[in-house]
Amino acid sequence: MSSSGGTLAVAAEPGGALSEGLPTPLASGPGNTAKVSSSRGGRLALRTVALLYLAVLLGAPLVMIFYRTFEHGLAPVWDAVTAPNALHAMWLSLEIVLIVVPLNTIFGIGAALLLERGRMPFKTLFGLLIDMPFAISPIVVGLALVLVYGRAGWFGNELAAQGINIIFSVPGMVMATALVTLPFVVRETIPVLREMGTDSEQAAETLGASPWQTFWRVTLPGIRWGVGYGVVLTTARALGEFGAVSIVSGRIEGQTQTLPLYVQDRFENFDTTGAYTAAVMLALLALLALLAMNLLARRANKKEGH
Amino acid sequence: MASQPANSGAVALAAPRRRRPGAARGTTGLLGRGLLVLYLSILVLLPMAALTAKAFDGGTHAFWKEISNPEAWSAIKLTLLVSVVVVLINAVFGTIIAWVLVRDRFPGKGVVNAIIDLPFALPTIVAGLVLLALYGKSSPIGIDVTFTRAAVVLALLFVTLPFVVRSVQPVMIDLDRSMEEAASSLGAGYPTVLRRIVLPTLLPAILSGIALSFARAVGEYGSLILITGNLPFKTEVGSVYIFGQIQNENLAAAAAVSVVLLAVALLVLAVLNVLQRRWSRHVL
Repeated sequence: MSSSGGTLAVAAEPGGALSEGLPTPLASGPGNTAKVSSSRGGRLALRTVALLYLAVLLGAPLVMIFYRTFEHGLAPVWDAVTAPNALHAMWLSLEIVLIVVPLNTIFGIGAALLLERGRMPFKTLFGLLIDMPFAISPIVVGLALVLVYGRAGWFGNELAAQGINIIFSVPGMVMATALVTLPFVVRETIPVLREMGTDSEQAAETLGASPWQTFWRVTLPGIRWGVGYGVVLTTARALGEFGAVSIVSGRIEGQTQTLPLYVQDRFENFDTTGAYTAAVMLALLALLALLAMNLLARRANKKEGH
Repeated sequence: MASQPANSGAVALAAPRRRRPGAARGTTGLLGRGLLVLYLSILVLLPMAALTAKAFDGGTHAFWKEISNPEAWSAIKLTLLVSVVVVLINAVFGTIIAWVLVRDRFPGKGVVNAIIDLPFALPTIVAGLVLLALYGKSSPIGIDVTFTRAAVVLALLFVTLPFVVRSVQPVMIDLDRSMEEAASSLGAGYPTVLRRIVLPTLLPAILSGIALSFARAVGEYGSLILITGNLPFKTEVGSVYIFGQIQNENLAAAAAVSVVLLAVALLVLAVLNVLQRRWSRHVL
């Protein structure tokens, strides 16, 4: 009943041209048939305001950066992608993701089980500490790690005496990234665990399954979409982490420079093509993550029978 | 999952305790627990302890001296000011966007809905560069916000966009239409229905979105550095000041301001969490 009058508002939003792309579970709730007596004019006005706001803040700048990147053709973009430091930055980012994501996934599932199903002293404190990264600035994360593992930190000298360097090298960058992405898997898994309940697990146990078998055959299949959603969030954030890594890496060109750090480096050296190209690569990966998030959310909702 | 996001969990902590058998017991359980606690200690507990210790190394007097340093104080004040401005704008526009996404229908709505999460997925440095491409020195539309406080607000609005929308949206989907219909059949105009029925129900969700936006805005760094110029007393926020002090190897000053930012973020999360709970009890 409302789509006919929407041309003006939709034209203002670049994404609107793509029309019905990804119907997500959030959009397809029961509220879609607007029939309450909100006036048609009021609804159009709100739609225009919302879409204009999104276009100004999100849509237009995003279109612009793609345009800027490709405005001189593909050749300079290809050169920028294959520059040695760019390639190195990509590999380092990938390496960090490949270490951090499995670590935090295992930790996340374990911590979610413990918080939702287990018993231990100081459980509330445990949960509080897991949520801390939501409240800490990435810069503060970097500083806190330097204060423990850096040269002037609590254990810096002892570690250095053992020949272990954490700050200004990859281990520190892994730790910073792991800290920043710590809560995602936990927080996405807990609600799914709670919703699943314990009936099927108890049934498995009654039938003689060992805790390990119960976990692999019953619990894990039940929570996989929630875990998957958390893993995607963790990956996206790990790829893009900037502030914390910026502090603990020392930003050494071709050594401890991740892709986001490389964006800053290129920009500050007036190599806008290099900066835009790396930024667009990261933006494409972010869009890919969005797509994955939508698919996972849809899968999970389908399973619930919506 | 997406419809019951982690945001309420960000503050509301451990789940209601439901004792049950089944979670691994015995040696494996103990070992697992030990490893979880060890991981958490190495990553969170020790660094947070070291940060607090460093901030109060020279006693509270030294701490206050670092905080009352004019540049530090100006950065803290600016952080709080822009964060308040940003969450107020988010509260209004986030609620409108959520309303449009739930109640309205138009072609392309699915894409609009999906794109809301982009600021979560996009690296912060890229967010800064994206804004710079349109609102920077070589802006094709002649709007240059670089090195102004407007740039700080713009970047923070970009990175905090999803919080209020994603908190309010699920509540709005579950909103019972019959109350609204009853009110309007009794003669209430839509503005009255909105003010007396819809907004009070949404308020806890809006507050939760505000709390998360605020915590994020207070700590934001990556999206700011390219577009704000990091000018002391003008566009330098707390996180940028901390970064500068670390570069100058003045770790005591960096730690002191860090503790202030952290305390503010935790306090706002805690206060709004309490308010939100009280309000939902009142409404339901």
